[in-house]
Amino acid sequence: MSKSDPNARKRLALIASKGTLEWAYPPFILASAAGAMGWDVGIFFTFFGLTLLKPKLTTQVSPLGNPAMPMKMPFGPDGFQNINWPIPNLLMANVPGFEGLATTLMKQTFKNKGVATIDELRDMCVEMDVRLIGCQMTMDVFGFKREDFIKECEIGGAATFLEYASEADVQLFI
Amino acid sequence: MDVLKEDQVLDCSGMLCPMPVVKASKAIKTMEVGQILKMIATDPGAPPDMEAWSRQTGNELLRSMQEDGKFIFFIRRMK
Repeated sequence: MSKSDPNARKRLALIASKGTLEWAYPPFILASAAGAMGWDVGIFFTFFGLTLLKPKLTTQVSPLGNPAMPMKMPFGPDGFQNINWPIPNLLMANVPGFEGLATTLMKQTFKNKGVATIDELRDMCVEMDVRLIGCQMTMDVFGFKREDFIKECEIGGAATFLEYASEADVQLFI
Repeated sequence: MDVLKEDQVLDCSGMLCPMPVVKASKAIKTMEVGQILKMIATDPGAPPDMEAWSRQTGNELLRSMQEDGKFIFFIRRMK
């Protein structure tokens, strides 16, 4: 370990690069679990991941890149709910309104199963003092302003994140 | 098995990862060192996660058991 302070708390450094509902979960789940274990945690939100710092989260499921994404019905009898509906990518990408439907189904299934919402997990991270760093370059490219994001986050660039990550025990790109 | 007397009970039934460890960590911080938290969960991922959480935080997992389809943990706040 190359930490400058051997007695420092364990550290987790994450890069959140995707803004869809299904990809918003991993960084916030890992960050809140690490926070619960007393670790020092920081997340760098870049490219599409930057939208996860907006005050009102509007994450949607994107079926693209999830070939034949299995969908479960969040209602009906158990046997019906347990059927996997493999929906081909071609269909998902071409049916208007599919993302809205997939988002509704996934949110309802998560709720039924007792998974916290992205909002709840993010609030938890804020409460645990997880360092939330919005990417300045992405802001410049997409025309975002500081006030477009929650006040609890800070804005920084690659060097800010790398300096933080260089002292981390676990670093993940999501 | 001797009887453990808890100072506080936390019911995480119906919650999935990472909520049981998050709730446990919040609850234990409100307690005094040496006090015991009884935590109840239904998530099958809770037993290995609570063990890892205990190793990472240094709080002692006194007992981990299963009763009526629920997982029950007794944790002593250590620091």
